Amino acid sequence: MTRMMKPAEPDRSADAQVEVELTVNGEAVRRNVSVRMLLSDFLRHELGLTGTHVGCEHGVCGCCTVLIDGKPGRSCLTLAVQANGYHVRTIESVASADGTLHPVQQAFKECHGLQCGYCTPGMVMNIVGRFDEPQPLDLTDDGIRELLSGNLCRCTGYLNIIAAVRRAAELLGRT
Amino acid sequence: MKPSIFGYKAPVTLADAISILASDPDAVVLAGGQTLLPAMNFRAANPSLLVDIQHVDGLRGIDVGADHIVVKAMTRHREFELNADVARVNPLIAEVMQHVAHIPIRHRGTVVGSLCHADPSAEMPLLLVLLGGSVIAQGPSGPREIAAENFFQSFLTTARSQDEIIVEARFPLLPSGAGWAFDEVTRRHGDYAIAGVGCILARDGEGRTSGVRLAACGIADRPVRLRSAETILNGTMLGASDLDAAVAASAAAVTQPDDINVSKSYRRRALGTLIRRTVATAARRAHPAGTAS
Repeated sequence: MTRMMKPAEPDRSADAQVEVELTVNGEAVRRNVSVRMLLSDFLRHELGLTGTHVGCEHGVCGCCTVLIDGKPGRSCLTLAVQANGYHVRTIESVASADGTLHPVQQAFKECHGLQCGYCTPGMVMNIVGRFDEPQPLDLTDDGIRELLSGNLCRCTGYLNIIAAVRRAAELLGRT
Repeated sequence: MKPSIFGYKAPVTLADAISILASDPDAVVLAGGQTLLPAMNFRAANPSLLVDIQHVDGLRGIDVGADHIVVKAMTRHREFELNADVARVNPLIAEVMQHVAHIPIRHRGTVVGSLCHADPSAEMPLLLVLLGGSVIAQGPSGPREIAAENFFQSFLTTARSQDEIIVEARFPLLPSGAGWAFDEVTRRHGDYAIAGVGCILARDGEGRTSGVRLAACGIADRPVRLRSAETILNGTMLGASDLDAAVAASAAAVTQPDDINVSKSYRRRALGTLIRRTVATAARRAHPAGTAS
């Protein structure tokens, strides 16, 4: 029996590491991560912020939407290293520290805007981001549907989410 | 899915960015990443090196000049859409931008990135072709200006060389008094267009039409001007027979073969409908130069 040759193994990974430093929900964080780590995985795996959900990982479902420097963006279509130096907000920062819901969350609760809840964090971050923009809101059905067009929900049929956006606008004095 | 292994560089000067790009034939420029990253997550794109240009000096912002609007490489779609100065000198742009994907994508994706990706169904390339704009490509030997119709060469293919970075795009202003319109047919809001049409035209006091520009996306391997239709409509009162003739003359511009969603004949019908719709809207918005709208 011939002796099997052990294949040559690389002594280190080709997967380049990089140090990233960003602010997440008001807290400065610094980690060494792979350059190919997605921001969604950074939030969930490195920081344990599992409120940011991951659905499709190609930008279609909207579950992973977070605020990047105040603007809604897909954390699955952003590398952690691209967020270097940025301020990121996730669903964990939306309710007050004492548990009081944000008006958008309150509106989802009142209007039954969620069932399984998987899409809800992305929905809420997208809506919160839009409410933070100074441009007037279009609260017609069409306008709200356009706002929600980048977030998929497979439970509700959307009608209660549309009602929740309108209710949130009332609660926030944006009608 | 996750991207495969790649290298990453984030230069802060344009010269460094260009020399990094020139040093590796498989290096790819990363701007907003809203097309590149999904392609990498699917492993449809496997660049050896990403050159992240977001920290490069001088690549941000929008400048409205006397002839055109300069859009720098890192300008996001949403900035272009909501810029009040842009809306004042070229209201067509906001109308087009609302059809580009969804708000969270528009916050991250860049206008120039979309031009460089050159998807023939995308709205940004159509807009640049319709307006007769250009891009500035900066390479190791300096900058050069490339006209829109020369820039888009084929499906996902542009005149940009591997070692060049498109540092800005130039979108001309609308002529004074010109009417404008854009519309598209998609299966869902925010999808790439099955067909899309943009129209610019002027009308005199009697309603006679001049300066017609029509361009379409989704129908060929690149965005195309519909020159036969433009010629037919120029000088007319936009009567029913003029529009019929313009639509008939545009059918040959549809060269995309049947695909999983639609047939070629469906695309031709969609194109005809969009030509009628956008010409009518543009005509309604046009007013003789020097008069109020």
